[in-house]
Parts: sequence; structure tokens; C-alpha cells
Amino acid sequence: MITVFERPKALTAVKTHYCPGCTHGIIHRLVAEVIDELGVQEETIGVSPVGCAVLAYNYFDVDMQEAAHGRAPAVATGIKRVHPDKVVFTYQGDGDLASIGTAEIVHAAARSEKITTIFVNNATYGMTGGQMAPTTLVGQVSTTSPRGRDSAIQGYPIRVSEMLATIEGAVYIARVSVHNPQEVAKAKKAIKTAFELQIAGRGFTLVEILSTCPTNWGYSPKDALKWLVDNMIPIYPLGVKKTLEEGKS
Amino acid sequence: MAKVLMKGNEALGEAAIRAGCRYFFGYPITPQNEIPQYLAKRLPEVGGVFLQAESEIAAINMVYGAAGSGARVMTSSSSPGISLKQEGITYIAGAELPCVIVNMQRGGPGLGSIQPAQSDYFQAVKGGGHGDYKLLVLAPATIQEMVDMMGKAFDLADEYRNPVMILGDGILGQMMEGVEFPAEETALTLAEKPWATTGAKGRKPNLINSLFLDPVELEQHNHHLQRKYDRMAKEVLWENYRTDDAEVVLVGYGSSARIAKAAVDLARAHGIKAGLFRPITLFPFPKAALQEACKQANHVLTVEMSMGQLVEDVRYNLEFKVPVHFYGRSGGMVPTTRAVLEEIIRWAHSGEEDKA
Repeated sequence: MITVFERPKALTAVKTHYCPGCTHGIIHRLVAEVIDELGVQEETIGVSPVGCAVLAYNYFDVDMQEAAHGRAPAVATGIKRVHPDKVVFTYQGDGDLASIGTAEIVHAAARSEKITTIFVNNATYGMTGGQMAPTTLVGQVSTTSPRGRDSAIQGYPIRVSEMLATIEGAVYIARVSVHNPQEVAKAKKAIKTAFELQIAGRGFTLVEILSTCPTNWGYSPKDALKWLVDNMIPIYPLGVKKTLEEGKS
Repeated sequence: MAKVLMKGNEALGEAAIRAGCRYFFGYPITPQNEIPQYLAKRLPEVGGVFLQAESEIAAINMVYGAAGSGARVMTSSSSPGISLKQEGITYIAGAELPCVIVNMQRGGPGLGSIQPAQSDYFQAVKGGGHGDYKLLVLAPATIQEMVDMMGKAFDLADEYRNPVMILGDGILGQMMEGVEFPAEETALTLAEKPWATTGAKGRKPNLINSLFLDPVELEQHNHHLQRKYDRMAKEVLWENYRTDDAEVVLVGYGSSARIAKAAVDLARAHGIKAGLFRPITLFPFPKAALQEACKQANHVLTVEMSMGQLVEDVRYNLEFKVPVHFYGRSGGMVPTTRAVLEEIIRWAHSGEEDKA
């Protein structure tokens, strides 16, 4: 019998706690596949956030540290400065990274810490029950913007990738999505590029991945994917926002 | 090695290096700035890393990451900055990571002042952040003692896998004294840290974590931590000064204890049997030693640079058997020897009318 599909070695054989239809599972798998392909499972130290991915340490079969809310880039900095020869990544959601952790991510980029951040943007606080996130769209209903996000009262969503791309220390910033197989392939390529640039010692790398939250958005998994394409991508355009490689932008 | 004249903050920085500290993460705040400034210069010379973080919050979380990765690591700050670090400190305590945290206390509350104070005593010895946890708290009174304490601080941190706080104040940080360092070439044997995240080569992955979603597990974890804090009781350190026959016993730590000691000598010259008990570990608190020192005491007087914090623990640890009084200055004001002497005289003579 030929095995055509199996669990990546960098993922544990543990059922995840993620809701049905949530795309965290795809993103975990992509990160694990990249770790496998680069042969760095025994060299990798991951940092899990506070938020839906808080238990990521149960799913990645590598050394892990669980950070306080928003502080993963600081924790990763401490790890990488002690072990500059290891591969260090953070896995963070939008509340964690783009709200409470803005100082940590901006300055990790400014210092050009040689780490990779996997930034999962689903425009909501999933874990705590669908509250308004820094990335919640104008007009989007959440449990703390029940009449829809009103820009006059609650301001505007933050475009993290575009903002970080302005920082000199950031060497690779890309926004991808996982709403169909073609985009999943592109997302994996971006994650791999980011890890490769880190391993090459080039500097700070981040991949923002648009992700669905069927539970808190109130859609079926399939409709959630459509909502992402119709509503999130116009506000959060996909593409490489910054790279050191020639001929790409 | 001959004595050198050195500022407290710089001496502490050098002592940390001699103790094998190779990683420092901090953020500027007065009156401790000479610690990061000294280490910014010195750490790269010994192959270490100095990093100025974007905030105290980031700095303490860098300490978390580095400590979790097996490093001998330190941060320093002063009162408002230590408040900011509390979140990280409780995570470090919960995840049982070894590190040293220095607090050169200044006046509060709020932005307070940049002058010396001892008003973070409660914060230091009762935990400081959320949850049930304790720091090992060491309170040096001289620059030499601070230097001699650094090796012990890191060793205790490693032994108990617990954050250790050096609770100093702006006087100790800013003053200069003659100091002798341990030899530089001392071969340090550092503890093995098989639990650290170093890359899971040939072993199962390690996890640094303070999350226990199952309440049964979290309660077990808290019992485990409590047993550890109980074990720390044997680490108590203190100094007795002329307490053998003392009828008025002063209690103070750090800079205040030095003022109290001078007041004891003046009181003795006045024919008053005064003494000083100086706790060197504030957690664990040297309860038995305090009770022993106060055996003859009619009155106990705490001398503090606060509005009365240590006094609560002294009353508690003497089990309310002896009257315990408080004298303190706050906000950056420092008690004078004369004022302390007046307090001693007041309590030494109180009750004499009744006896007559």
C-alpha cells in the first residue's frame, strides 16, 4: 500500500479543540509540513499565544513555550537570543498580536529578531466569545459591537502586514489566505520562505493568514469561507508586502 | 582582590557577571539606570547579551523566554517598572523558571518620586501579581552584601526553579562604597536544566507553561508550589546586633537597618538596652530568629522608608506577644538617626510612671 497522505511529523497525534470548519487546523498543518520539509523539528522552539491557539503546544511536536497575552514576540526574543542557532516561531491571533501585543510585535520587527511569526487574522476574538477585534471590519457585528463596528465610535481595523512592512528590520511580510487549495499552496510557500529567511539569518519574518471563525461569525464553514473572500480580502489584500528577494514585491 | 570604590548599581552589575549571568533584558528607569548601562558595556565582553526592551513588560517576558531556554538571566527596574513586570513575574513563578529580578525601590504610589523608598515590601513578599505564589526576597544593606548575595541569588533561583528578587532601594543603588569581588576565574558549576526548551534533539519535546485548564491539575500545581515555598524556610538569613539583652529591639532591612544600627549605638550611649534585628531574607521571613532576638524586649520598633509595611509582618511573626511600634518616612524622605533615637527613648521610658 502506498501512503499518499499522512500527519506531518511535527504535529502530535492529538485531536485539536478547534471548532468545526475553523481554518486553524489547516494553518497548523502547513507550519508542521514546513518544519518537516526543512528537517528542523529537533531544532525548532515554538511560542503559543493566548487566544484560540493557546493550546498549540499540545499540537506541535516541538519544544514549546506558552506566552502571556500579546507577549509571544518578547518571549521568542528571549529564546532566540539564548539559542541563535535554533528556529523560533510564534503563532498568534489578531487580538493577541494586533491589540494587546502591538508593542511587542512592532519592536521585534524593528530589532529584526530572527524569528518567524505566524499571524492568524480572523477578525474576531474567537476564544473569549466573538468580541470586537482590532481587525474586525467596519460594520461587522461582534458581541461587543452588536450594532456593527461603527468607525465613528470604534475606529478602523488595523492592517498589520502593511504597517510592519514599513519597518526596516522586517525582511519578509506576506498576507495569505487558506480559503481554497490554490491559496493553501501559496500560504505554505510563504510560510516556507519565512522560515528559510530566518534560518539564513536574514531577520524578522511574518506571514499573516486570513482565517475563518464560523462559530463566532455565525456562518456555516462553507459560508464562512465565502464571507472571508467577499469581505476580508478587499480590506486585507493578499500578497507579499515586503521581501528582500529581487523581483518580488 | 583589593577593594575598589564603586557605585551600588554598577557593583551589582559586575557581581551578576561574576555569578555567571549572561543575559540581561531591561528598560530605563531611575534610580537603577547604572545597572543596564554597566551591563550594556560589560556583557558583550564576556560573550553575553544585553538587550534594551521596548518596555518593562517586554523585558520580563524576554526573561521568561530566556529562563525557559536554560539561561542564567536577570532584569532590573525600580518601583513603577516592577509594577509593570508583575504580569511576567507571575507567569515565571507559575511556569517555575529561575531568574533574578532587582528592584531599586523609589517613592510611590503612582509615578511617585525618584528618591529612595521601601514601600514595595508588600508587593515583593506577598507575591505581587495574581495567583498564589512567592518570590525568594533578599534584602542587602551594604554594597558588599549586595555583591556577595548575587551568586546565592542565582543559585537559589536554579535550586528552587523560582524567581528571586533583590529588594534594594535608591540609596543602595546610588551610593558608593568600597567593595571586594569574588575572583573572576572562579569556575562556576551551573545547574543542569533538562526541562529547558533547547530544541528537542533525541528527547521528547519540553514545554514551558503556566496554564492548567483542569482545576484538579491546577490545584495540584498550587500544592506543589506551596510545598516548594515551605521548603524555602530553611534559607532564612538575618543579622542580630546587640540584641542579647535588648529591651527595645529595632527591626529594619536594607538602608533603614543601617540608620537603625547607628541609633542603637546612640541609645546604648544613653544607657538604653537597645538592639537591632535585621532580616536579610524577607521571604522566607526569619520568624524563629526574630522571636529569639525579642526574648527580652518590652518594645519592638520597626524602622522603614514606608508608611508601615514590614511592621505588619513583625507583629504577625511575634504573634502579637510584644508591642510592636512603627517609625517611618516615605516619599523619598529618609529617617534620621536622631529621630529614630527619640523613638527608642520614648518607648524605653514608656510605662515607667506605672512602675513608680
